Amino acid sequence: MTALPRAAAFCLALWAAQALADADPLDSARWGDMRSQLFAADATVVFDPRVQVTGPLTAEDPKNVPIAVDATALPGVTEVLVFADFNPITKVLAFRPAAARAELAFRIKLQQSSPVRAAARTADGVWHVGGTWVITTGGGCTVPSTGSASPEWQRRLNEVSGRIWSRPDGNRVRLRIIHPMDTGLAASIPAFYIEQLAITDGQQRVLMEIDAFEPVSENPLFTLDLPSTVTDLASVQITGRDNNGNLVNAWVER
Amino acid sequence: MKRLLATLALLAGLPIAQAAGFDYQLAPRQIAPATWVLEGAREDFSFANGGRIVNTAFVVTDAGVVVIDSGPSRQYGEQTVAAIGRITDKPVIKVWITHHHPDHFLGNQAFARKTLGALARTITDIESDGKGFNENMYRLVGDAMRDTEVVVPTEALTPGTVDIGGHRFELLALDGHTAGDLAVLDHTTGVLFAGDLVFHERTPTTPHATIARWLKSLDMLEALPFKHIVPGHGPAAADAAPIRQTRDYLKWLDGLLTQSAAAGLDMTEVMRLPLPKIFRQLAVIDAEFPRSVSHLYPAAEEAALNDSSPRRKP
Repeated sequence: MTALPRAAAFCLALWAAQALADADPLDSARWGDMRSQLFAADATVVFDPRVQVTGPLTAEDPKNVPIAVDATALPGVTEVLVFADFNPITKVLAFRPAAARAELAFRIKLQQSSPVRAAARTADGVWHVGGTWVITTGGGCTVPSTGSASPEWQRRLNEVSGRIWSRPDGNRVRLRIIHPMDTGLAASIPAFYIEQLAITDGQQRVLMEIDAFEPVSENPLFTLDLPSTVTDLASVQITGRDNNGNLVNAWVER
Repeated sequence: MKRLLATLALLAGLPIAQAAGFDYQLAPRQIAPATWVLEGAREDFSFANGGRIVNTAFVVTDAGVVVIDSGPSRQYGEQTVAAIGRITDKPVIKVWITHHHPDHFLGNQAFARKTLGALARTITDIESDGKGFNENMYRLVGDAMRDTEVVVPTEALTPGTVDIGGHRFELLALDGHTAGDLAVLDHTTGVLFAGDLVFHERTPTTPHATIARWLKSLDMLEALPFKHIVPGHGPAAADAAPIRQTRDYLKWLDGLLTQSAAAGLDMTEVMRLPLPKIFRQLAVIDAEFPRSVSHLYPAAEEAALNDSSPRRKP
């Protein structure tokens, strides 16, 4: 082998390794758009199997697709962005784990089959992306919420129910908020959704902050886990607001 | 070339779909005097089975033929009429639809409108959901649905006995699988047509289920003096085993969801719980169980969560 082909082969191998590293494991035609729309051009974005997204292979109800994001295998996660490539509104939610574990479960609306992905940013600024495909017959984003037609529901807007469980490795909190979470994509029904939530402990320490977007399901239900280092969890407070300025403020007891 | 394609289709185990349409290869099986069953595959809807995952049946009386459910498509209904014609010259005089799910009534087009009967609640639900079901069936089973349209039953059936051509039928208005579930007991032959209140060797489906009501209906069915039972899905039987199997599954499912919600499990975790060996034997459980979690877990979760208060309790 002469020097020239050897150098060429080396370059080819380098290029192949790079292409492989960049190849979307979910093979989505929309990945390029997601990369450019959701992340800064100079941001480092890598696919990383340590970020796990769990969902049903086939979603029975496109208005309520259960999704769990787990980035706890990554050290030092500061923020997690969840998005669905083929949704008309791609951004689903973002959360900052603060004192909670870097994991969150919730339900989303899917308009058609799509990858559902989570990008976890570590302290060094790198985005680590994991995801899964969810197959669905679709239509989840363009149908009116049940609540938008119900006066009974209007009286209960932003009511919270929830509970705290002791688990071997810490505490689990589940929270449900009454809200239509209208996407604005159903005819004559404007976008009406919870935008911000903060979950704090008895000492007003932030456990987790959540920025929700339109694709989060009606009457959102969040499951979050807290490490055993977080104590004083007889109750937690949840505060926040929707895009019309209605406030959420409630204490959930154990 | 045509022969080659036919051979390939045979090798693939597929019905040969030609320009003439989808051939369901309906072969009625007699299970009791005057009573035939068309047993569907214990599968999900697919292009290969054309939606034939359901049991339909007919009773040849002296006055004419009584059909229980018209099947998943126009072609299925038409081929049922043809299959009946190979057994008797008598006309179809009644078609009783057990409930409003698409695999049970989308064959209605093949029958005279005045013969079609269902419970009042089933008629209402076909009016509201039928069109959506039909569109979804095209997506799920494809060309077998060709030219299928929703035909709403005209006669609202009321519970009680009705004598037809030497058979005494008892119509039972039950619910639980859906809001309106018709079961039919032929006292003359002892055959109980249970509709989808009963599944056998096939995982029950729950998109419109209320389990407490469903369990009540199963108790009522088991108390009936039947000799044969035709479930909505899965093989007919000569004892109450299909009823007990359906009840066991529903009780287990209900208990599992209640316990999981009380323990704080997320829906994604419940969908991945290991399934008991006895239920792993049921057809399509890997697809049907997560579906049922999707249908039924939200109510269990709601019951397990506490109301919050506007301020912290001291």
